[in-house]
Amino acid sequence: MVLAPDALDQIESHAVDVLVVGAGGAGLRAAIEAQAAGAKVGLVCKSLLGKAHTVMAEGGVAAALAHVDPDDSWQTHFRDTMVGGKLLNNPRMAQLHAMEAPDRVRELELWGAVFDRTRDGRILQRPFGGHSHPRLAHVGDRTGLEMIRTLQDRAVASSVDVFMEATITRIITGSAGVAGAFGYWRTTGAPVVFPAKAVVLATGGIGKAYTITSNSWEYSGDGHALAYDAGAELIDMEFVQFHPTGMVWPPGVKGLLVTEAVRGEGGILRNKDGERFMWKYLPEDRRDEYAATDEEAARWVTSQSQGQVTDARRPPELSTRDNVSRAIYTEVREGRGTPHGGVYLDISYLPAEHVRRKLPSMFDQFKELADVDITKGPMEVGPTTHYVMGGVRVDAETGASTVPGLFAAGEVAGGMHGANRLGGNSLSDLLVFGARTGAAAAAHASERKAVPYADPVQLREGARELAEPLDRGAGEDPYVLQRDLQDVMQRLVGIYRVEADLQEAISELARLRGRSSSLAVGGGRAFNPGWNLVYELRNLLTVSEAITRSALQRNESRGAHSRIDYPETDQAGWGDRNSVVRRRPDGSMEVTTTPLPPMPDELRALLGGAH
Amino acid sequence: MTTDMSDRSLVELRPAQATPSSPEQGSSARAHLKVFRGDAGGPTRFDDFDVPVEEGMVVLDALHWIQGNGAPDLAVRWNCKAAKCGSCSAEVNGRPRLTCKTRLSDFDLDEPITVEPMRAFPLVRDLVTDVSWNYEVNKSIQPFTPPADVAQADWRWQQEDIERVQEYRKCIECFLCQDVCHVLRNHETEKPFMGPRFLVRAAGLEMHPMDQADRRGYLKDTGNIGYCNITKCCTEVCPEHIKITDNAIIPLKERVADEFYDPIQWAWRKLRGRSDATTTRASLPVLQHGAASAAKPMAGAKGALPTPPARTAPEPKQPARPSDAGDETPSEG
Repeated sequence: MVLAPDALDQIESHAVDVLVVGAGGAGLRAAIEAQAAGAKVGLVCKSLLGKAHTVMAEGGVAAALAHVDPDDSWQTHFRDTMVGGKLLNNPRMAQLHAMEAPDRVRELELWGAVFDRTRDGRILQRPFGGHSHPRLAHVGDRTGLEMIRTLQDRAVASSVDVFMEATITRIITGSAGVAGAFGYWRTTGAPVVFPAKAVVLATGGIGKAYTITSNSWEYSGDGHALAYDAGAELIDMEFVQFHPTGMVWPPGVKGLLVTEAVRGEGGILRNKDGERFMWKYLPEDRRDEYAATDEEAARWVTSQSQGQVTDARRPPELSTRDNVSRAIYTEVREGRGTPHGGVYLDISYLPAEHVRRKLPSMFDQFKELADVDITKGPMEVGPTTHYVMGGVRVDAETGASTVPGLFAAGEVAGGMHGANRLGGNSLSDLLVFGARTGAAAAAHASERKAVPYADPVQLREGARELAEPLDRGAGEDPYVLQRDLQDVMQRLVGIYRVEADLQEAISELARLRGRSSSLAVGGGRAFNPGWNLVYELRNLLTVSEAITRSALQRNESRGAHSRIDYPETDQAGWGDRNSVVRRRPDGSMEVTTTPLPPMPDELRALLGGAH
Repeated sequence: MTTDMSDRSLVELRPAQATPSSPEQGSSARAHLKVFRGDAGGPTRFDDFDVPVEEGMVVLDALHWIQGNGAPDLAVRWNCKAAKCGSCSAEVNGRPRLTCKTRLSDFDLDEPITVEPMRAFPLVRDLVTDVSWNYEVNKSIQPFTPPADVAQADWRWQQEDIERVQEYRKCIECFLCQDVCHVLRNHETEKPFMGPRFLVRAAGLEMHPMDQADRRGYLKDTGNIGYCNITKCCTEVCPEHIKITDNAIIPLKERVADEFYDPIQWAWRKLRGRSDATTTRASLPVLQHGAASAAKPMAGAKGALPTPPARTAPEPKQPARPSDAGDETPSEG
């Protein structure tokens, strides 16, 4: 069914000043801030409110509160973030993030959050990989739930209009930039348009491009693709974080996240021979930050569990995620893996009561899904696609993309994390930049006097796209296409990359894109997952191509991007530039580079010997 | 209602449609699922699926397998697949469960496993129900209200003092407790009842060390806490193991009783003419009847909850199963 031109006026319409797409932490925080600034805000999300991916975040939110170690400071947090990101981060974003995260975390308690406490009654912080001090405010291992519920309650109390279970399929643009967004209700399939003066993308990541991922179905790169299609630039798309510890067994939960907090609390990684292999993989230039012996690492764990500061250095398991993932991958590839193709992660040497208190949901997860009691024996873990560092190229202060009126915050935005994100920095990222972007979007909307004009040509095109797979009758099954796409990315664009694989992936992706134009589904529009998948696949194809082409372009290894054919970090050739992806007028994908934003001397000085 | 459920042809089980000719997995074990299909206002039925069983498989895995092997339009709500988001709630063999943590190995695979939507809420399609009523109830609760004159940086709590509040905040809003609560499920009270989930939320606010609001009047007159007769079914189904009845509802009932039924408190309230706790608020929205009850599980299904004793309401009506449905329609609980 193609909507007749006159039916366009019958499309349900909700005009707002600021439309926020995505209701995870970044979207909620942006909506709260925009509403507080006086804008009329609409918040649209694919799932029910409170179910977004933030709910799965476990370990904690990084902020230099200095409650556990008084030596911590924003300067140290900035340095850790830049070093973890292999200096590819936007330095201004890393600075704002480190400076503002403590206030954003404290503010959550004003809104009702209840973090775990230190002995003197303040917000407790735990150690995490790549962080020089215990820095992650947390609630056991369900920090994301605490954050999303707090933000959800705050948004609802602020009268933000929430549109649940709706998918946005296109950004509507006009001569002044963004004019709103078009999509459909998932429950009924009916089209809906949101005329808006500003649109904030807060759609999260892209994990569903891979077979093994910690991400849910929602993570289909929607915001990345919407921005790209609207003419915005993406940066750093080659940097996909493979979290070192996902479950590897049973098959149904392969990839499910095992929080880094397990290692933060003292979890030890061993191969099948019982060897604590991380000792072999510590980067030489950072070797002095880690314990020298098992004994020193054990001393660190003991002090940590008692909330005491120690002169012992952290265990080797708390290396950065890119490094630990490569180590595990290498151990398994060289034949030292466990029966299910992972390595062992053991926390059972600590008192059972302590483990259950600090890691309650990990305890339940393994007990209920794998019949493993983590207080009695080791877990089996392996790398899983977890996070994309790349995203919409934004202005550090405002989250503004290169398209007027289009903003991005959280995982969908690029630049903050460089080549590798530190654990805990995503929850602080979404608070800091969610708030900044919400404020900037509200300001942008208040400056735009004209009522946004929802161009009927674009609406008609949007409606046509919705109808096609239902009208087609026979064609490709979207689930089959998704499996094939995930297989290509998992096989050819994974932890280790090489030119021949990447070239093959590019041709495979072109073939898949061809097949995607013949997708067909039955069953009508109402809550039809097969039909919904059609639009997610389109986005996944775009981000997969962006990842692959960017990975091919960057012929060096840095952070989460490891090239077998270029194993060295090429500081002279690549240390000063980000990859950029944009859409050419003919619809093809252009991949190029742009110089890193300049770093002021006072920030450079904070890096010490790291630059 | 347009659906005539007495037309048996509409509701008879259809032949399995998603059985592959050659199973990909090496395992030969198979589970037989009877999955509720249909949408609001339309005919409903059970479809049968034979699903190859892998080690450690959960019901949600089986539903995903069905979607990926011939029934891509099977409506299932899910997100995290790790029991953290509370999206995939359904009734498995009549028992409210998160399908992501209900393992097939817990069942006798010689018997079919029945999967239906939550019965307390109106049907959207297949296993998906309209739970928006819960979000409306949530809006009616006064949010966290901290003191204006104490800076947050000065808030100091001992861990043991906040553990109770943290227990309430473990709630993942799966709404299984709302689904199993016979007050909500039977739709027979005169006024709407807020249900266990929102009593848990209210408890988390009322017992927060810095909260200044008083929600007792609301709990009594708007939330109608009195309808809860402590059968503890909610506690039994809670996947987060929150002791809903003992730790949230009973303490709230005591607070309400102290405020409104203790003669000294009553006299004191008269004396000072205080009204905030007794402010009458707009009543809660009415929960529409669940359509899914047209698909009652097989009698005697394993693991089914006992029907809770009804003290405030007459015996719950037993909704008819599809194959012998008489004058029951899908939209009548």
